[in-house]
Amino acid sequence: MMDSENNNTSEEHFHPLSESNDELENLILHEKNENDSLTSKSYSNYRSVMSTLSDSNNSHNHPLSSPSFVSPVDSDPLLSPPQHHREFQNPNSPNADAIFTSFDGETSSNGVNTPTRSFSDGGVFSRSESLNSEYLRITVSNPVKEQENSNSIVPGSNSYVTYLITTRTNLQEFGGNEFGVRRRFKDVVTLSDRLSEAYRGFFIPPRPDKSIVESQVMQKQEFVEQRRVSLEKYLRRLADHPVIRKSDEFRVFLQVQGKLPLVGSTDVASRVLDGAVKLPKQLMGESVIAPSEVVQPAKGGRDLLRLFKELKQSMANDWGGSKPLVVEEDKEFLAKKERVHELEQQINGASQQAESLVKAQQDMGETMGELGLAFIKLTKFENEEAVSESQRVRATDMKGVATAAVKASRLFRELNSQTVKHLDTLHEYLGLMLAVHSAFTDRTNALLTVQTLLSELSSLQSRAEKLEAASSKIFGGDKSRTRKLEELQDTIRATEDAKNVAIREYERIKENNRSELERLDRERQADFLNMLKGFVVNQVGYAEKIANVWTKVVEDTSGYAKEST
Amino acid sequence: MVNFEGMEQQRSSSSLSPRSQSSSQPFLSVSVTDPVKLGNGVQAYISYRVITKTNFTEYQGPEKIVIRRYSDFVWLRDRLFEKFKGIFIPPLPEKSAVEKFRFSAEFIEMRRQALDVFVNRIASHHELRQSEDLRTFLQAEEETMERLRSHETGIFKKPSDLMQIFKDVQSRVSDVVLGKEKPVEESDAEYEKLKHYIFELENHLAEAQKHAYRLVKRHRELGQSLSDFGKAVKLLGASEGNALGKAFSELGMKSEILSVKLQNEAHQLLLNFEEPLKDYVRAVQSIKATIAERANAFRRQCELAETMKLKEINLDKLMLIRSEKVAEAEREYHELKAESEQATKTFETIVKLMSEEIGRFQEQKTLDMGIAFHEFAKGQARLANGIADAWRSLLPKLEACSSS
Repeated sequence: MMDSENNNTSEEHFHPLSESNDELENLILHEKNENDSLTSKSYSNYRSVMSTLSDSNNSHNHPLSSPSFVSPVDSDPLLSPPQHHREFQNPNSPNADAIFTSFDGETSSNGVNTPTRSFSDGGVFSRSESLNSEYLRITVSNPVKEQENSNSIVPGSNSYVTYLITTRTNLQEFGGNEFGVRRRFKDVVTLSDRLSEAYRGFFIPPRPDKSIVESQVMQKQEFVEQRRVSLEKYLRRLADHPVIRKSDEFRVFLQVQGKLPLVGSTDVASRVLDGAVKLPKQLMGESVIAPSEVVQPAKGGRDLLRLFKELKQSMANDWGGSKPLVVEEDKEFLAKKERVHELEQQINGASQQAESLVKAQQDMGETMGELGLAFIKLTKFENEEAVSESQRVRATDMKGVATAAVKASRLFRELNSQTVKHLDTLHEYLGLMLAVHSAFTDRTNALLTVQTLLSELSSLQSRAEKLEAASSKIFGGDKSRTRKLEELQDTIRATEDAKNVAIREYERIKENNRSELERLDRERQADFLNMLKGFVVNQVGYAEKIANVWTKVVEDTSGYAKEST
Repeated sequence: MVNFEGMEQQRSSSSLSPRSQSSSQPFLSVSVTDPVKLGNGVQAYISYRVITKTNFTEYQGPEKIVIRRYSDFVWLRDRLFEKFKGIFIPPLPEKSAVEKFRFSAEFIEMRRQALDVFVNRIASHHELRQSEDLRTFLQAEEETMERLRSHETGIFKKPSDLMQIFKDVQSRVSDVVLGKEKPVEESDAEYEKLKHYIFELENHLAEAQKHAYRLVKRHRELGQSLSDFGKAVKLLGASEGNALGKAFSELGMKSEILSVKLQNEAHQLLLNFEEPLKDYVRAVQSIKATIAERANAFRRQCELAETMKLKEINLDKLMLIRSEKVAEAEREYHELKAESEQATKTFETIVKLMSEEIGRFQEQKTLDMGIAFHEFAKGQARLANGIADAWRSLLPKLEACSSS
């Protein structure tokens, strides 16, 4: 039944009356168990729309989870999708049909014409593929519950889920074409944290939420599936980033078997605890920030004293009378930041309206289907009870309308699942905005570190001057003061070093911001244009098909057309 | 837009306009027009102009214009229902106390159309058109009409009718009390089938009509969301600037244009598809009322027949004992016999009329629905084509953007 529903050629022979009402009810009103969700919390509204949509799109590729997220399945001979995507078979032929029939005027039953490929997929990914011949394709599959080897009193308390992460690539950095590893969610968190440390200033895609509470509320299976989908999206986004895809951290995550060889992330509590241990020593003596630590923001670290100092500095910046010694001078950057903020708002608005558009289209399809079904029942009834010829004629007319309504309903649903794919670009960019904010924060933090160090340097230097002045008054020198002065000067030198590192870091981040903004502008233009094209082509294709369906009924009932108006 | 008057014209030629008819053929043509809102607040109502053109001799003249309101139509329907038992009286649009307050243009137009159809169906029915009450309705002065109308008090038309209804209930109750399992019913298999058909049909139709109404709403909702989407996209375009920004603006504009198309189609759908379905449902409900009337007539016939038998036995008894009461009893018996014969005749008339009416009903409905389906399909095709055209016109512009 599923196949016949999807095969265009069989549509002509589709006789609703020859199938049971139950099947038809399935056809129109069937709810599927699949759930879909996107990554971060900012998509929470979208998530509910998406999950209801995927519930009713029982016969089509998952807009989000199918491997054709990258490109339509048939067009990519290199990628064979993992098993669970094949449940709802049917490669995109009806969709491709719909799109390309109208556009090219010919029916393509299999696969996609490459030149028009960029139309059919509004996603971010088609762009990067057409630009370079390099590819890096990732699939997440096969969730398995595993046991942690600890001697815990409560059995099964340390179980977790691992996912199979399969990569296909021809990038040189990887030294291999195809490989797979098992990773758990904790590993993903680690990867994400290491990346944000190493790539400050870059627009790094945000990772999926931890959402612990939800996993208890939801059915375990649903949750695991949602997580699988969101992990896949996240890794694919990383693979799409021109710099990150070649990073060591990413490569190691994708390739190294066994335990993930990245430094684990610690939680806030233990960091604070570590910091608290260090603090007394810091307060007693002169503490200096190690240059290695300077390159990281104070917030996530263990150095509480540094945290306090930077906090003080930022307050001085905001509330203090004097201007800090280094400010964000780049007007161009500030203007861009404004623009990004404004853009984000507009994208947000458009994405919300896209959601309600999608919902309205879906409702239309559903109601049309219900109407069709009601008429089918009526037709059956009239035929069964027919006593007069006029009843049979009416039943025939009604059947025509019912069939058309059912077909139109199906077309609406297909249209909608495609629309979702295209307009998804808007949601993607909303997610990207989080990454932009994060990158801007990196810059702000780095600047704050510089400012703090400069203030500290200046206060250290004035202390040194005072000490010098005081000890010069004493004839023959003051042994303790001299010693103190030497220590102070050591501290000053170390702080100078730290300052220089911090400035370099700040400049580096600034440059990253700049190049990323450029990339964002460029890619966004291409992506949005693709989105528009895909959306419009899709609408045209399906509107034509729907028009054809109804035109036939108009012809069939033309006998009833009024002669006079 | 479907004009039911025109549809009726196809069926019975005698209601064509006078110009295309020779004056020797009898015709009666009515139109309900010019709705005007009168009165204030709770007492507000709509008045309609009812224009009659006829060459019937019973009528006052070739043309007459009167002002009528909804409750006048109700009066006419009720009178016809009483007088023409067995005939399916054309249905009226619902009273709808709530919508009345809003009196939207759409509501007023729909009601006017439905009332026009109502009167025309009566005027084309070869029995109903001869009704005196119809003549009154079409010609009487407004004050006369008001007087007649005020006799009607909602569901219970007259005190005598009220009594009758109570009697019916009483007899049904006593039947149960006396242990009679069911009220007396016909044992006609074909008629049973018909009754079953009618009752089932109402359910199916009601469901279809419900979905049709929802479909109207969906059109409105889609229109609204397209409009909102268009606005948001235009803002985004303004933010983007350059070629892409223009593309967004164009998309936004098209969206808004389509939104209007959808709202228009929603209106068409309501008038040309949902309303005919509702009309169908009402017609079926009218048939149900006739079925009830037939059951009443049948019961009455049976009761009278029984009572007559008892009276006959009693009369024989009296005649045997040569009682003085014989004459009176005889008289009563003869009266009863006449009544019984009348009741039988009434019942048989109903049966005969109903079987004719059913055939006519089926034919009429096939025609009505055929037109409704045609208009529905036309509207949907028109909308889909409009959507395709609008979006298609964007494609060259989008092409230009990507090549730049």
